[in-house]
Amino acid sequence: MIIGFTLNGKKATVDTRPDRRVVDVLREDFGLTGVKEGCGTGECGACTVLVDGEPRLGCLMLAVQMEGRDLVTIEGLAPEGGLHPLQEAFLECGAVQCGFCTPGMVLAGSALLKRKASPGRAEIREAISGHLCRCTGYQKIVDAVETAAARGGKKEETE
Amino acid sequence: MKPSVPEIGRSLRRADGPSKVTGREKYAADHYGEGLLWAGVRRAGVPHGRILSVDTAEAAALPGVVAVLTGGDVPGTNRQGIVHKDQPVLCREKVRHFGDAVALVIAGDRETLAKAISLVRVRMEPLPGVFGVDDALAPGAPLVHEEWSGGNVLLRATIRNGEAEKALEACPVIVEETFEVPPQAHAFLETENGVAWQEEDGTVVLVVSTQAPFRDKWEVSHALGLPWDGIRVVGPVLGGGFGGKDGATVQCLLALAALHAGGRRVKMWWDREENFLAGYKRHGARLHYRLGAREDGTLHALHCRLFYDTGAYAHLGGEVMALGMEHAGGPYRIPHTLIEGWCVYTNHPVAGAMRGFGVAQVSFAAERMMDLLAGKLGMDPLELRKRNALRQGDRNCAGVTLTASTGILECLERIGGHPLWTGRETWKGQAGPFKKRGVGLAAVWNAMGYGRGLPDSALAKIELTPEGRLRLYSGVSDMGQGNATAFVQIAGHILSQEDETIELIQPDTARTLPSGSSAAGRTTYTYGNALIPACEELRRRIVGRAALMLLVDTLDDLELLPGRVRHPASGREVPLSVLAATMTEHERICISQFLMPVVREVPGTGKEFRIGFPHLFFAHAAHLARIEVDELTGTIEVKDWLAATEAGRVLNPQGFEQQVQGAVAQGIGYGTLEEVKLREGRILTPDFAAYILPGSLDVPEIISLVEEVEEPTGPYGMKGVGEVGANGPLPAIANALADGCGISMTRAPLTAERVLEALRRKGTPGAGETS
Repeated sequence: MIIGFTLNGKKATVDTRPDRRVVDVLREDFGLTGVKEGCGTGECGACTVLVDGEPRLGCLMLAVQMEGRDLVTIEGLAPEGGLHPLQEAFLECGAVQCGFCTPGMVLAGSALLKRKASPGRAEIREAISGHLCRCTGYQKIVDAVETAAARGGKKEETE
Repeated sequence: MKPSVPEIGRSLRRADGPSKVTGREKYAADHYGEGLLWAGVRRAGVPHGRILSVDTAEAAALPGVVAVLTGGDVPGTNRQGIVHKDQPVLCREKVRHFGDAVALVIAGDRETLAKAISLVRVRMEPLPGVFGVDDALAPGAPLVHEEWSGGNVLLRATIRNGEAEKALEACPVIVEETFEVPPQAHAFLETENGVAWQEEDGTVVLVVSTQAPFRDKWEVSHALGLPWDGIRVVGPVLGGGFGGKDGATVQCLLALAALHAGGRRVKMWWDREENFLAGYKRHGARLHYRLGAREDGTLHALHCRLFYDTGAYAHLGGEVMALGMEHAGGPYRIPHTLIEGWCVYTNHPVAGAMRGFGVAQVSFAAERMMDLLAGKLGMDPLELRKRNALRQGDRNCAGVTLTASTGILECLERIGGHPLWTGRETWKGQAGPFKKRGVGLAAVWNAMGYGRGLPDSALAKIELTPEGRLRLYSGVSDMGQGNATAFVQIAGHILSQEDETIELIQPDTARTLPSGSSAAGRTTYTYGNALIPACEELRRRIVGRAALMLLVDTLDDLELLPGRVRHPASGREVPLSVLAATMTEHERICISQFLMPVVREVPGTGKEFRIGFPHLFFAHAAHLARIEVDELTGTIEVKDWLAATEAGRVLNPQGFEQQVQGAVAQGIGYGTLEEVKLREGRILTPDFAAYILPGSLDVPEIISLVEEVEEPTGPYGMKGVGEVGANGPLPAIANALADGCGISMTRAPLTAERVLEALRRKGTPGAGETS
């Protein structure tokens, strides 16, 4: 069937079986390999995409469920060639090691920052608790979200 | 952090950071291709059995299936293995573990592949199984490898120094205990995978998630009988490895599939369950310890009997046990040691390398023994450790005199002076109702490099491109630890170029040079040491060419700057792009090799180890854990963590801290949550719902203290830091539990269930205090 949706800010359609997983459609049909797969059973968070602004798992969502929705993957979080403040903070704080959890972590963190401008460290840990990272011990990821939040706050003050 | 010329000792943004945060980085799993085929494996499904027949007809007849292959279709030896070639690519006669490969299926899409795999009919005669150390060593036990001369014992080895048994008899204080640790899963997020195809000239190309691309070439060549120079392995950055991708996973299967794909690309990507089933594990082990000391706490004698369950195939089992044995006494002076080891075959999943390589296991036992001894002596556990801590010039428990940097005492002193230690009694007294608080220590070490008998070498290659930029050819995989960033840092520093202008080529057997595996805490030490002279030579050539172009007589009068060479006296400059255009390829490329030094004074013991014993260099760490135990549920909450680490000098403080924090998190998992549960060879924990990894709420804020002790042989004085941190958490938490609750746990992990049971037993008169 033909499914129409918004993908990284642009109208998109795909002609596919309705029961294919979103993670496969995005990776294989759209080449968006920043959507990672770590478990396939909804336990690791690596395949996270933003659906209407909310983090959702691409391995537990079927193609038909994209109809009419607004999807953002890591590739579309910032304008082409630019970086989202949280991506900047990930680089600066050393929150990236192997990087396989990073797209999901960044998307989850960005959704949190949209919801709450200055989350505490405990809130950040709670918000990313559905995402597994085997490399970092999470601390620098929390640092990065906190850093981006602090910058966002400053920006608002100066504006 | 703006682009700048990297300095040694200052944090540098990761070279792979920008591509990873934007999702542009291409891991092996991200490679697809036109007309892609999918390959998959029919697994044994029984832990031990004789193959009577494999009927592929029905699977092969399914539309969309390209080929169904069995053991008889494997050209070459059909044998893989790093030290012993005992592991079939596809089993012919028998299967030795649940995840053994019986048939390989290639199909046009994943749905057809899954269906075809289920249609392969395997008739198997089940054989009695060997499900642990006791089974393996029992008289008349079924044999996992009938042809192996050692029965079910892959390696039996002994390290003997002095006269431990006699010395123990004379010790006024003796502690004795037996510990057990389960297999641990690496649980890297990118499961084993790759893509392969055959070029028109017959070359088989593999793009694979691997820690050892150059060794993979040998493995594939040997197992499939392909010419060594007809195989190319490309190793992109890995989505985690931790040892689990050091050795053949998908490589031989994929190469075999490529031979049957008519030039089309074939992709194999194990799902998480297959990763649990067929991937490597950290060895489960049983560890008997008997430790004797003088009344003043001076360690005198140690006798250990260590049993490592290596599973169905040798892989790196003997070498893992060897390293465990070498570290069995902990970072202490013990004049008399007898360390006996048995590495046994079982019908369990194959065990192999994992961060802490055999040492994480013995660290649990050795460090619990130290606290048991401190308790018996009525001594402060920190003082006991400091009194016995190894110093440079001492002989370690393997009988090797330490000639390299040895900083364990300094690490212990840093812990001892920290408020988390000095304020511990107050903190413990503030526990809420039904909570108990405890504070525990662990002193750990971990060798660097392959050890004697296996040359630890790297060949570095750096190029000034015709456009005047630097291109660095890394021959050793970056599985996430950041060694490639260290290479960029070194090259940029020596050649005065901004980090972001340096192009990094990841391992590719056709472009980069053999530099060994990404393992053993060796990558930055060995490759870095090779890279320094290569960069220095290139610097001389660049400046030398500039001297010719600027008509300057002495090289000292010239300054190499980002993108140019400058003659400060005259203010004249020549851009590197102009300069490079005048140089031939031979002038623009510099290559240098480094071979890690080894122990010169070889101890007259441990003769059974063919390779990997003993080691010259060690990283050291002291950890402090503060935990709170819920007496009603048995749950351990890790509240604070302090890690003091000595691994020579630090090149990149942020990268160093990443390694410490990540290792502690994995260690906390090993200590409190993670256990590959097996019942008669079947894995009961095949997913992240049953196999619990530490999440963001399970790992505390980790304070990392750096104790810099110059290692003169290291690049800028460094040693590898990747592994040592994984060895501390389990013993530190177990010691904290004993401190807070008075229960001495001998079996890991310290799950809520086990802790609660131990608390109950403690509260029951007559019940023992051990779990």
